[in-house]
Amino acid sequence: MKERLEALRAEALQELQQVDNPQQLNDLRVKYLGKKGALTEILRGMGGLSAEERPIIGQVGNDVRAAIETVIDEKQNAFLAAETENRLRAETIDVTLPGKALPTGAVHPLNKVAQEIEDVFVGLGYSIAEGPEVETDYFNFEALNLPKNHPARDMQDSFYITEDILMRTHTSPVQVRTMQQMNGKPIKVICPGKVYRRDDDDATHSFQFNQIEGLVVGPNIRMSDLKGTLLQFVQQMYGEQAQIRLRPSFFPFTEPSAEVDVTCVQCGGHGCRMCKQTGWLEILGCGMVHPRVLEMGGYDPAEVSGFAFGMGVERIALLKYGIDDIRHFYTNDQRFLSQFARM
Amino acid sequence: MKVSYQWLNKYIDLSGFTAEELAEKMTRGGIEIDGVESLNKGVSGVVVGYVKSREKHPDADKLSVCKIDVGTGEELQIVCGAKNVDAGQKVPVAMIGAKLPGDFAIKRAKLRGVESQGMICSAKELGINDKLLPKEQQEGILVLPEATPVGTPIGDVLGINDEVLELDLTPNRSDCLSMLGVAYEIGALTGREVRLPEPAVNHAAERADSHISVSISAKEQCSHYSARYIKGVKIGPSPQWLQNRLIAAGIRPISNVVDVTNFVMLEYGQPLHAFDADSITTGRIDVRLANPGEKLVTLDDQERALEPHMLVITDGEKAVALAGVMGGANSEVSEKTVNILLESAKFDGGTVRKTSRQLGLRSESSIRFEKEVDPARVIPALNRAAALIAELADGLVEEGIVEVVASEAAPAVVDVTLAKINGYLGTELSRLEVQTIFDRLHFSYRLSDANDLFSVTVPTRRGDITRDVDLIEEVARLFGYDNIPTTPIHGDVTPGALTKPQAIRRDLRRRLTDAGLHEVISYSFTGPSRTELFPDLSGKDLKPVKLAMPMSEDRSVLRTTLIAQLIETAVYNRNRKNESSAIFEIGSVFHTDEEQLTRLPQEKHRLAVLFTGNRVDAQWNRKSAPVDFYDAKGVLETVIDVLGLTARVRYESAQPLNFHPGRTAAVIVDTAHGPETIGYVGQLHPTLQHESDIADTYVVEVELGKLYELADSDIEYKALPRYPAMQRDIAVVLDQSVPAAKLTATAWAVAGELLESVRVFDVFTGEKLGAGKKSVALSLVYRHEGRTLNDEEVTELHGKVVAELEQSFAAELRK
Repeated sequence: MKERLEALRAEALQELQQVDNPQQLNDLRVKYLGKKGALTEILRGMGGLSAEERPIIGQVGNDVRAAIETVIDEKQNAFLAAETENRLRAETIDVTLPGKALPTGAVHPLNKVAQEIEDVFVGLGYSIAEGPEVETDYFNFEALNLPKNHPARDMQDSFYITEDILMRTHTSPVQVRTMQQMNGKPIKVICPGKVYRRDDDDATHSFQFNQIEGLVVGPNIRMSDLKGTLLQFVQQMYGEQAQIRLRPSFFPFTEPSAEVDVTCVQCGGHGCRMCKQTGWLEILGCGMVHPRVLEMGGYDPAEVSGFAFGMGVERIALLKYGIDDIRHFYTNDQRFLSQFARM
Repeated sequence: MKVSYQWLNKYIDLSGFTAEELAEKMTRGGIEIDGVESLNKGVSGVVVGYVKSREKHPDADKLSVCKIDVGTGEELQIVCGAKNVDAGQKVPVAMIGAKLPGDFAIKRAKLRGVESQGMICSAKELGINDKLLPKEQQEGILVLPEATPVGTPIGDVLGINDEVLELDLTPNRSDCLSMLGVAYEIGALTGREVRLPEPAVNHAAERADSHISVSISAKEQCSHYSARYIKGVKIGPSPQWLQNRLIAAGIRPISNVVDVTNFVMLEYGQPLHAFDADSITTGRIDVRLANPGEKLVTLDDQERALEPHMLVITDGEKAVALAGVMGGANSEVSEKTVNILLESAKFDGGTVRKTSRQLGLRSESSIRFEKEVDPARVIPALNRAAALIAELADGLVEEGIVEVVASEAAPAVVDVTLAKINGYLGTELSRLEVQTIFDRLHFSYRLSDANDLFSVTVPTRRGDITRDVDLIEEVARLFGYDNIPTTPIHGDVTPGALTKPQAIRRDLRRRLTDAGLHEVISYSFTGPSRTELFPDLSGKDLKPVKLAMPMSEDRSVLRTTLIAQLIETAVYNRNRKNESSAIFEIGSVFHTDEEQLTRLPQEKHRLAVLFTGNRVDAQWNRKSAPVDFYDAKGVLETVIDVLGLTARVRYESAQPLNFHPGRTAAVIVDTAHGPETIGYVGQLHPTLQHESDIADTYVVEVELGKLYELADSDIEYKALPRYPAMQRDIAVVLDQSVPAAKLTATAWAVAGELLESVRVFDVFTGEKLGAGKKSVALSLVYRHEGRTLNDEEVTELHGKVVAELEQSFAAELRK
């Protein structure tokens, strides 16, 4: 019996060596090791062996099985490896072709900048107030200490609809409306929005533009708080190294009033073409709320004080992105808009 | 206001400050200097020469050969091409080695064989703005006054060794529309003293009031009118120094008398007017409002129609000047004038402003009156001008001032405490520091020790200061804004947050841009025709809001829809070879029900979306996909869905004007008051597309107001289903006209709570189905929350759905 087993091993190994496809391999597995295979067939005759012979023949049988299995496994692995190899070769693609990009639209750069500014102030505890773009003369001028015939109205040539109704020339009327709504309570708001002034459009002027104004009213609000607030704002907006510089100016609704320069974003204050070698860029107007304005808003200037500031969103966006013509913001050329899709 | 450095130096010592340094100091103090201009554009080596003789050039008709004395003892021979050169003239001579503007060096030369040792210069060649010179001095060489000393450097003669500061004044600082005002400002900034002119008027024997009388009929509009009478003047050019001052300030010299009035106006900020006294035959001056229909020919020879709000100077009968704006031609000072009536007055700023605006006549005079002149300078300026006219035009000033004071101007007294100053600014200024600032401003004050209260008497030249905060600003700017500390706000921390509409807009922006749409911002102004395009969106009974004075027809009304603007944007881009657009705008439209507004119009926040061209461009692994209705509708549905409103919104076929009648839906929201159409989604009408020269275009425009109000952003967790669902798919064939929404609605109505979802997964038409028929395939998912459904009950329920579809829509179940 032992000889038969050894002969089987030799025959199997011999035959396995010739195998060159997985199907053949499987057929041989069945032929030799299957339930009705040759090995089982031989071992079935073990019943006629003596108790001494049986373990010896059993051992031989196992050795033969193991030897055949080892070769089958090796062959099997080799076939798998070859198959995988083939598959990988077949599946190879040109990874330099472009992928399926996600669509990328862009928030309009003016809104992108406005949102950024809003976020800074919301983080500082401000709410965002809004109001109508068509305003009454009262809210746009009178309540802001600009009575009819006031010389400062020279500065704002406006689009009137009737004698008393006009396109707002600044977002300041929202400040007045806020004061009247807040009814004497402390205020901390910013007011973003579109405004309109009669201007011939050119690279730096647009009859329609956007402003963001801020208003803080409460007991003991000081000009030093205004400086502190603006410094905090520009540092969040332009980085820790940014500084501000205030120059006395005039607005009818604030006293004292100031224009605010910020360290040039281009050169960091060393002087360049953008800042006309001064190291500073003018970006804001501000001041302490004029007592007349507080009064008309329903606040007692003896009890409370306040500060206000305002900036042009277009100017900030022009500076931030180095845009050369303000009209791009309103012609909405896709080649322009698509440049602002980045985070 | 243009301020000559050298002239300013007459009123305050500027030593130690260059013009540039002065400009910086003033700017930081609140008077913005726009620029500093050197009047010397590069002139050197040019001196005054005397033309001893002039002869014709032997070989050139148009050239002269001149012998010139330039005071060096050596006579120069210069060939000159100017027609007006002549013997006996004093002229600017650029000697060999001289430089002229543009780095033009004068060299020895031979002109047509004759040696020329220099050049006789025109004003232009010296870099002078010759537009301000009389015509005869613009052409040919500059002829200087006879008395000009030979050999004097030309810079000294023409006053061009000077720099001019261009002041950009804010409306409150009209006090700096005068040299003295600027001097006071610099005095405040530097602590130096101001030197005022001290005019000495030598009077003639006769009294002015024997010639003239003055009355004011319009006392509201004229608080003070004063006049002097100067006789025997000789009208002629004013001396060079005076002309130089005016030219530096940008004013054209005219004649000695007129130049003096302008000079004194620049000096004091008080405009003056000189009348030819003999043309005022009545010997009277009355200041009154113009009569209806009254006319006046002004100095510029224009006939002006006057209106009753305009203030005029009259001779008691007819107008002779428009008060503060411009003189009348009928009383103009001319070469023949011998006697002068010199006016100095205070006219009401608002009146002058209105007149000058209405007539489009802005003058140096009106600019100053508009901003209210200093009442305290009316008389000093009158005297200063009278003294100068006497000196420069040989006039005799008659004794006395003829004047009427309708109302006295008292200087304002304004109180402010040290505590208020420091509390307002966040500073810790001492009493002495504040005192020093007021002293430098020449503001007198009483100081009460008890509470450090300053009672400040504000000089009338600073009419802008009326309240404590105005004084605080003076303190702040002279202390220096830079020196004010930087502090955090005291008091409670306030939470900052977006309102619901603000948060919604941000979210929509983010989602729409993530879906590949670009946000646009278009103009709020548009043309009337564009407001008529979509009446269903503009409000059929509503009107657009019209600007009173538009810049142009196509920007004359406020937009009534957003999509009209988006179409313009798409066309603009199409014209630049961007055939595909996927854009949106969030903004206001404006409607009114009034012809003429008496109250604010309705401003409605809207969202509009526009698709045209391809939604997706072809790529190697992807076919291009042209946009269709469902791109636009899908965007809208997503918006509605994220606002939690899907269950409240339905879409119904609609035919608004200029939309494709078969491809447009009304967007209907269920509100507490019933269903409300908030906008449309659809394709533009092919005719409109054709007219706009644009491909198939799909748009959305919806009112955001209702969505803000109803939006439900609360996320409430629902337990995940524990029992399995059963899916049944069916396809029915029915009339094409039956909307799919009716099928799904029927499914919901029949199946009730056990139906979890129903989805249209296929729609097609074809010959096999028969004409006018379509097949709609639905996938229904049934589920019970509390148990596993069994097959029989689902089959029964589903059967009812199918039966109802068959019955209601004559649908045939496809097997």
